[in-house]
Amino acid sequence: MNQVAVPTVGPESAETPLVRLSGIGVRRAGRWLTRNVDLDVRPGEIVTLIGPNGSGKTTTAKVAAGVMRADEGRAETRRGLRIGYVPQKIQIDWTLPMTVRRLMTLTGRHSAAEIAAALEAVGIAHLLDAEAQSLSGGEFQRALLARALVRRPDLLILDEPVQGVDFTGEVMLYRLIKRIRDETGCGVLLISHDLHIVMAETDTVVCLNGHVCCRGTPQSVAENPEYQRLFGGRAAGTLAVYRHQHDHTHLPDGRIRHADGTITEGHAHSHDHDYDHHHDHHQDHHHGDGHRHGHV
Amino acid sequence: MITTKTITTGTDTGTAMFDDFFTRALLAGIGVALTAGPLGCFVVWRRMAYFGDTMAHAGLLGVALALVLQIAPVLGVFAVAAAIAGALMLLDRRGALSTDALLGLLSHGTLAVGLVLVALMTWVRIDLTALLFGDVLAVGVDDLLLIWGGGAVVLAGLAWIWRPLLADTVHPDLAAAEGMHPERARAALMVLMALVIAVAMKVVGVLLITALLIIPAAAARRLAATPEAMAVLAALTGALAVVLGLFASLEWDTPSGPSIVVAAIALFCVGLVVPALRLGR
Repeated sequence: MNQVAVPTVGPESAETPLVRLSGIGVRRAGRWLTRNVDLDVRPGEIVTLIGPNGSGKTTTAKVAAGVMRADEGRAETRRGLRIGYVPQKIQIDWTLPMTVRRLMTLTGRHSAAEIAAALEAVGIAHLLDAEAQSLSGGEFQRALLARALVRRPDLLILDEPVQGVDFTGEVMLYRLIKRIRDETGCGVLLISHDLHIVMAETDTVVCLNGHVCCRGTPQSVAENPEYQRLFGGRAAGTLAVYRHQHDHTHLPDGRIRHADGTITEGHAHSHDHDYDHHHDHHQDHHHGDGHRHGHV
Repeated sequence: MITTKTITTGTDTGTAMFDDFFTRALLAGIGVALTAGPLGCFVVWRRMAYFGDTMAHAGLLGVALALVLQIAPVLGVFAVAAAIAGALMLLDRRGALSTDALLGLLSHGTLAVGLVLVALMTWVRIDLTALLFGDVLAVGVDDLLLIWGGGAVVLAGLAWIWRPLLADTVHPDLAAAEGMHPERARAALMVLMALVIAVAMKVVGVLLITALLIIPAAAARRLAATPEAMAVLAALTGALAVVLGLFASLEWDTPSGPSIVVAAIALFCVGLVVPALRLGR
């Protein structure tokens, strides 16, 4: 069958990757969700995955976490790797009584002192006995982060950890993630749809779009034409890069994608609506302004 | 057709005999309730009520097959319930039909086939009412051993898989990413449910087993602050329902299995009025 999850990456050193994906591809229902993804996360490194919806970010993270099997390529993790995972969506059924305290020991035993320290670190020590279902979006994300943190993980995998958090909370959470990395030396694999803030703290940005579109330091990715085509004016605006906003891009699968980098409309669009086209190959698409050529 | 048979529990029975069968019934019912309560919590948390129903209904088919193969009914019930659970897991993964429709199909399908098979077996006399609604007043010492022995196995198994199963209930990917091997826990849960159904059938029958799984758990929800507290409370609530139900059945000459379920429902209603206690904080 396929070569998957051979759990050895040589002798351990600071430079040994915690996880290494080589040429990963995941196929579901006859369609490749993602293909040819190479990715390393080393201790102390923050790697951020960005890309439009459906670009394979979560799939890639799940392969790295060992949750999903790759249909091609190799996923290797360091022996005895301890992962702390913050999933994208988590909804605890009301019928399941769950305090923050109990949530902290969901996948392992931890002392009261460890739990208190983890909650203190994320700033919700006072919510120890609160019901998890009663927390606000931001509080719950913090609780989930604390839960992953209390495991003292070698690798933190965070799938859009700031969703449902307001802008101030977002900045604080990212600062917190950086501090966790600085203090514990763990590797962080972060999925983000929001480039501008992650950019500041991250070491490596991997831009996905069904495959690795480009990668590098935040600045080099921001200046990469591939990235700019993908995200258009919206993200570039933050970094004051306004070049290459015109015209459309021919994707490998034959679809055509427009940058649609108009300054007036770019802000109102979310990523997956950023690429209008006039060839009508793309199904899940609104046609209203789709026939307008991208460059205005 | 199901012919209704009233289980006579005359109050005029001799004291010695009363002690004997009634004590056995109490012990059997309590044994089942203590097991079903904690397991039922997972049925509620994982929204598996209909799933449990389907497994229980398949139990009737299990009895019929056991009679054909001349093996102990308990084994037949366990085997068929476990097989149905396995089939459901596989079919569900393939996503050919919605889980809901699939459960409905299997639930009533197995029940109907079971009823037809039982009716065809004219050479054995089968008390259909006992199969459907239980016959706790007829339990013998061997049944008691089975209930308490099987119950101990189920509770030990549940304790063994508790953490992975709970983590899987909260979030399957999270459980998998953090090395909990949730698929094992899920498979184990199916086996434990099949075991409980096999063991509980004598007490409440195939039609009412789900009630004993979910009602005590539902009643315990508002009083508990942690999953563990809810499991303990569900076990105790179930045991109390058995005691109340059996005494009511004796007092008013009502069928024992349904009386237990009615008592559980009554306790659930009382729980709605009682202020939330949040035990186990």
